[in-house]
Amino acid sequence: MSEFNYAMASSADDASTQVKGTGDGSLIAGGMTLIPSIKLGLATPTDLIDLAGAGLSGISVEGTTVTIGAMTRHVDVASSKEVVNAVPALSGMASGIGDPQVRNRGTIGGSVANNDPAADYPAACLGLGATIQTNDREISADDFFTGLFTTALKEGEVITSVGFPIPERAAYVKFPNPASRYALVGVFVSDGPMGIRVAVTGAGINGVYRESSFESALSGAWESATLDGVKADESSMASDIHAAADYRAHLVGEIARRAVAASV
Amino acid sequence: MATVSLTVNGKVMSAEASADTLLVNFIRENLGMTGTHVGCDTSQCGACVVMVNGDSVKSCTMLAVQAEGTEVTTVEGLASNGDLHPMQQAFHDNHALQCGYCTPGMLISSIDLVTKNPNATEAEIRHGLEGNLCRCTGYHNIVKAVQAGAAEMKG
Repeated sequence: MSEFNYAMASSADDASTQVKGTGDGSLIAGGMTLIPSIKLGLATPTDLIDLAGAGLSGISVEGTTVTIGAMTRHVDVASSKEVVNAVPALSGMASGIGDPQVRNRGTIGGSVANNDPAADYPAACLGLGATIQTNDREISADDFFTGLFTTALKEGEVITSVGFPIPERAAYVKFPNPASRYALVGVFVSDGPMGIRVAVTGAGINGVYRESSFESALSGAWESATLDGVKADESSMASDIHAAADYRAHLVGEIARRAVAASV
Repeated sequence: MATVSLTVNGKVMSAEASADTLLVNFIRENLGMTGTHVGCDTSQCGACVVMVNGDSVKSCTMLAVQAEGTEVTTVEGLASNGDLHPMQQAFHDNHALQCGYCTPGMLISSIDLVTKNPNATEAEIRHGLEGNLCRCTGYHNIVKAVQAGAAEMKG
């Protein structure tokens, strides 16, 4: 592993100040992607600024919004009675991330900031029309995810929490890669205050995206039959050793159909 | 270098470690406890699973400095006074291992699973062991052992 310095941040603003003062430093949340990346030489930060002591974990449900602190672990979202009651699709999604050991360390903020094109949380954020709160501003999920592993976050900007508007109904269905548990295709659907949303992860060539043709169809009738036989546009699908573009295009339609059928 | 102090199997321990020292290497090399194994080193196999503050984690995917002040349980901490932990005994009784390389991680993950869900179904046990790979036996006897260990732990 490459050598780096390590420091604990006491708050989001402290983390921002510290990371800006480093050569090529990185924030670390749960580290479930960053540490393996460093071990493989894919990331070579000069410094790690740890958010574990920044006081950013916790879940609250107030009015029409579920707010989850950036350092809240997947296991805590999965097992939160408040989340289960308010947005069961969200707690269910969290219970299917990686494996139990990943869920015991991995965090919502880390997942969202990393924007892995096959990660689950970006689909939940986009599919529920979440708002990403940073130490500096609020960013809507529609503006946040800008491409593969890229987001609207500026240098040194720190996610502090994510707010999810509570939908009338929603579901997340994942077709996982059986080895990695990442989504080969995952679709988060919702119908609520942010409109009808169909967010797709694992499939799009530019990472998570909204399947607007499905959304238009569902605004006519929210039922699984509306999506019978639909497909995504094959030319915008990723293609790799795990699945070819035409298979992913088919899966996006089928998994979206199942998600609508499962929505509660 | 920083001094990392933590409680391992009930004993306070500390050693010097650089920031890039993984917790598993700290436990094995700095503390000299080699029961925790490194299988894949890419966060897949779970041979390195230890308990940190009551949650099972992959110690190859955590820095030693991140474990400062925590309470860690490794496989060496499971038996007491020469008596195997009920889950260890269940693995023995059910022939839940061949080479044994994955067993330390399997045991810690299983104990975490059963502690949090004492009445876990077979399906929940299989789902709960997704982070642990065994390349010898397949999983049938491991699942049987976890069910037996769970019953014994409930006492």
